[in-house]
Amino acid sequence: MPSELTLLEFLRNRLYLTGTKEGCGIGECGACTVLLDEKPVTACLVLAVEVDGCIVETVEGEATGGQLSVLQRAFVETGAVQCGFCTPGMIMSARGLLRRNPNPSDEEIVEAMAGNLCRCTGYEAILAAVRRAAAAVRPAVGPLAGEVGLADGRSLRGAVPKRDPEKGGRR
Amino acid sequence: MTRELRVVGTSVPRDDAIDKVTGAARYTTDLALPGMLHATILTSPHASARIVGVDLTDARSVPGVRAVLAGSDLDVRLGLYLRDKRILARDVVRYQGEPVAAVAADTLDVAREACRRIRVEYEELPAVFDPRDAMAAGAPLVHPDLAGYDHMRGVFFPRPGTNVAHHQKIRKGDAPASLAAADVRLEASFYNPPVQHVPMETHASIAQALPEDRVEIWTSSQSPYTVRHLLSVCLGLPHAAIRVHVPYVGGGFGGKAGLGLEPLATVLSRAAGGRPVLVSATREEEFNTMPSRQGLHSTIKIGSTCDGRITALEATYVWDAGAYADYGVNVGRAAAYSGAGPYAIEHCSIDSYVVYTNKVYGTAYRGFGHLEVLWGIERVMDQMARKLGLDPAEFRRRNLLKEGDTTITGEPFTAGHGKPVECLDAVAKAIGWGRPPAAASDPRKVRGKGIAMLHKAPAMPTYTSCAVVIKLDEDGAADVLVSGVDYGQGTYTVLRQIAAEELCLPIGKVHITWECDTALTPYDWQTVASRFSYMGGNAVIEAAADCLRQVRAVAAQALGVAPETIVCEDELAFPAAEPGRAIAYKDLALGYTFPNGNAIGGPIIGHGRFIATGLTHLNPETGQGRPAQFWTYGAHAVEIEVDTETGEIEILHIATAVDAGKVLNPLSCTGQVIGGVVQGLGSTLHEGFQFDDKGQLLNPSFVDYKIPTAKDLPRRMTPIFLENPQPGGPYGARGVAEHPMISVPSAIGNALADALGIDYTVLPLSPERVLLGIQKKDKTP
Repeated sequence: MPSELTLLEFLRNRLYLTGTKEGCGIGECGACTVLLDEKPVTACLVLAVEVDGCIVETVEGEATGGQLSVLQRAFVETGAVQCGFCTPGMIMSARGLLRRNPNPSDEEIVEAMAGNLCRCTGYEAILAAVRRAAAAVRPAVGPLAGEVGLADGRSLRGAVPKRDPEKGGRR
Repeated sequence: MTRELRVVGTSVPRDDAIDKVTGAARYTTDLALPGMLHATILTSPHASARIVGVDLTDARSVPGVRAVLAGSDLDVRLGLYLRDKRILARDVVRYQGEPVAAVAADTLDVAREACRRIRVEYEELPAVFDPRDAMAAGAPLVHPDLAGYDHMRGVFFPRPGTNVAHHQKIRKGDAPASLAAADVRLEASFYNPPVQHVPMETHASIAQALPEDRVEIWTSSQSPYTVRHLLSVCLGLPHAAIRVHVPYVGGGFGGKAGLGLEPLATVLSRAAGGRPVLVSATREEEFNTMPSRQGLHSTIKIGSTCDGRITALEATYVWDAGAYADYGVNVGRAAAYSGAGPYAIEHCSIDSYVVYTNKVYGTAYRGFGHLEVLWGIERVMDQMARKLGLDPAEFRRRNLLKEGDTTITGEPFTAGHGKPVECLDAVAKAIGWGRPPAAASDPRKVRGKGIAMLHKAPAMPTYTSCAVVIKLDEDGAADVLVSGVDYGQGTYTVLRQIAAEELCLPIGKVHITWECDTALTPYDWQTVASRFSYMGGNAVIEAAADCLRQVRAVAAQALGVAPETIVCEDELAFPAAEPGRAIAYKDLALGYTFPNGNAIGGPIIGHGRFIATGLTHLNPETGQGRPAQFWTYGAHAVEIEVDTETGEIEILHIATAVDAGKVLNPLSCTGQVIGGVVQGLGSTLHEGFQFDDKGQLLNPSFVDYKIPTAKDLPRRMTPIFLENPQPGGPYGARGVAEHPMISVPSAIGNALADALGIDYTVLPLSPERVLLGIQKKDKTP
């Protein structure tokens, strides 16, 4: 393996794990965030040779057995995804946070997500998704409200939340 | 017939979100074709220079290099409205960052190495960086050959022998006389710097040249058909020789409208013997080389009666087009016909000049010039209100367009336009307008409130059209095919909802194809201007009706009844009087088979279309005419807290109201408002290109060009939607995608004036600028 190969290039070009995105190549945008031994890193700033013996987790590992994780489902349902290019990095930053701190405060969520740039959503829905996922995995709270079975990985297509007249910013 | 809506108006989540949260969504740079080469570009270090010579020999000798091109190899001019741009600079360079040569090689590293070995000899030429200087007599001409450039005639008016690429005039009534006679007059000047769109996915295109001059393209674009059309025109190829695929797109905001890197990828692939070539902009190239939002210098004069009726408005808008204006001319045009704000003004005169300079060039950017002109207009409205001793909201209320008024291009304002005043009232109420702000959290901080109106109509050719195809599947589900692109804004989810509603299908049985392909998906002009849910939505309604006509015809024949007696509900077709004789869609979708084996009908495919109607070119001398298919109005109100020691502004609350006509998907619409407001905060507080005196861009990276992060959010954001229906809109809806960004700077600028008593005129309102204003004021006795 060439010593100058970055972890990002290794993941995308050698392992064909293209879920991890390149947004800037200088560690400023967070689009290439992956977990390295459970800690979020920007894969564009890590050399592939450095990760020998480490555990690398990418967005492709987030869903298990064809089921979206609670975190992924929260992103889908809160409207935290628009163009989606920042989404894998956002998911991995959030996963890193929830791994080390399953009960984060709002400030801790903002702090953990502030290194990931998004130009579409205005972040609010992303922060809400992380809050929601954190709440859902806390044992006392129980499963995500309105949870929908995703046995085939796509059956969410059929889910139409009931309109709540108190929400949605209606007059 | 009115019926209860089942799907339209509900918060259906995006279906593409599942591909996006799992990493399965494939964007252009995720595609790898067999034998694909990687390209790099060599850019100009000079803002204005003659290319004396380009030596490609060394570059060609690098092992693994498959093609090296310079501008002298390519005699082609590109452009949408004005064909002024080369694929690679030829003879001269006009901005620092302009592509001069390009290499395609087996790997990116090899291509970079070869690029380093290209030697270009330049002779620096005089340059011009300020568009006001560029308009002066004797200024260096950025395009001495302007007279020879093809352009959309009757719409744009380049002035050969000058740097003016377009001059848009609006003349209504007698503004100079009315201004002179006004009780109260006010004049002010403003500036918006150029900014970048910053899509998280930079521009990227793959092209593969095929035999007989054909080419197949995969590109991160808002415009599959416009890419095909412009390539066809510019390269002299039949349309069918060009096939354009658009996979998932990682944001656009206007920057991926028109042509991007597709022509370069195409000529490189040709030069490399048909190997596919990927050209992907680095982030630095995205700033330095790819188009930006134009800068704007505005000067506005208004006159009012003592009791707060605006009698006249004169404005001069000087746009900093940068080195090319192929799209910028239309920004200058659109922002002129909207250039007095959403007010009834009897006497109006606007001159909007799109002016070449030696800087990175401008293009469409969310809001299309409206954020820029309304930065001035909405600040002036506040200043005039203050001068008159009127509440700024009340002053606006007295002048907002209402039924019976005419716009500045002479268009009658009707009930169908929506209600700007309701937007104003809604945001005023939301932030407690009229009540003084609560005490600041710290003695060195002060609070203020501000309000601003916004409006925009789609800026598009008068004949803009689109088509939709709906196919019914074997299981009775529907596939919707379109060539409008959903690059994040949510239009596909809305189209699925409309199709589900019209076809009486559950949303889970309506699918949309997430790849546009000019060989397979039907025509759409391009996905810009907040027009696609409106136009595509109407086309979906027509396509669904076409499907149901066919369903009813086959069901009627199968049941031996008249087609008009058949009704469709819950995936079933049945005679209205005999619901028990229902036939499922799935038994009709490919044709109906009788028990004896006889078959009738055939695969059901519906077709719908929509074309803009009633639009006219604007009169070249007066600007009078009908430029807009529909208008969307809105307002923001903000409360801010300013730290007088650091100059930092915190947004305590921003309320945004948009008259959406009909909210087709509350989750999506809310996402557009929140995302637009935060993008607007970027333009307000952080963003702006900085150049040195040689025209070098000083902040082409995320290190020096900051966009809002999760830490920069307002404490509270309140989206408000009004639903005064739009005649002709799908379910009464209007476009809302660009609008939330517009006038965010104006509202905050007005709040800053309220807090500090200082009228800032230059964006961004960075801590440094705010602090300098405070210090200057403190020194002024």
